[in-house]
Amino acid sequence: MESKFYEKDKLLVFKMTDEIDDHNVQKIRGKVDYEIERYMPKRIVFDFDNVSFMDSAGIGLMIGRYKFATMIGAKVEMTNVQGSVKKIFEMSGILRLIPIIEDAKAS
Amino acid sequence: MKDKFDNEMKLEFISKSSNEAFARVAVAAFAAQLDPTIEELADIKTAVSEAVTNSIIHGYEDKQGLIKVMCRLIDNKIIIEISDKGKGIEDIEAAKEPLYTTKPNLERSGMGFTIIESFMDSMEIESILGLGTKVTMVKTIKEKVENEEQEFQMLTNE
Ligand SMILES: Nc1ncnc2c1ncn2[C@@H]1O[C@H](COP(=O)(O)OP(=O)(O)OP(=O)(O)O)[C@@H](O)[C@H]1O
Ligand SMILES: [Mg+2]
Repeated sequence: MESKFYEKDKLLVFKMTDEIDDHNVQKIRGKVDYEIERYMPKRIVFDFDNVSFMDSAGIGLMIGRYKFATMIGAKVEMTNVQGSVKKIFEMSGILRLIPIIEDAKAS
Repeated sequence: MKDKFDNEMKLEFISKSSNEAFARVAVAAFAAQLDPTIEELADIKTAVSEAVTNSIIHGYEDKQGLIKVMCRLIDNKIIIEISDKGKGIEDIEAAKEPLYTTKPNLERSGMGFTIIESFMDSMEIESILGLGTKVTMVKTIKEKVENEEQEFQMLTNE
């Protein structure tokens, strides 16, 4: 997973890469929270383009990050959500909290 | 003698989270014989991952135990049985409800069984408190349209 901070927009983008499951999620969570605390962004975008697998652990991960972001006054969005990852997010109802957007830079 | 099933396999592994990926990939490789689409294969992988993860984090919690995965093929159907000898489920009906989780502190969302039910054709849970849990799920792999037929349809649709 890589992340990039755009100072001007206070935008933090995470390029998710791992298979997001119970085994990997702890590591991912640690890294993401570390970066959020470090940059204190106003906007956080998770890019799922390179995610080859995700199960319900991904829902818990996103809800947890949403709560954390809300606490520091940042909004959270996702992009490049496709296939079964999209089906899982749709089922969970979290798209009402964390919308899917076309492009990370289009604000 | 004719077997009841066309093919059959069994896996057994200890309840380590690193085996979650192993289990879903192994089942997907076995299911590949039925020539599933990428989407059907993704559905099977996700469902297996959910049930195996449940055995690890709910069934055995911090203890170590064995998880069994049994797969059978019959015609164009795959039957997957995932079982543990863990603590069992107190209220199966409640456990199947979306958003029901006994571990909200671990950032679980309570969507595992809901995902299995929607990704597979059927799901059945058997569980006895203190003895363990068995989840059986079935998916029928749809017949593929022959290429020629598809081409013909595309031409006639125009
Ligand atoms: N193998 C099992 N052994 C014991 N309890 C189980 C088992 N599988 C599921 N459960 C119980 O059923 C509940 C619902 O399971 P489900 O997979 O739907 O949600 P979850 O695992 O809590 O969260 P999520 O799967 O979304 O991360 C669990 O919280 C747990 O109490
Ligand atoms: Mg679960």
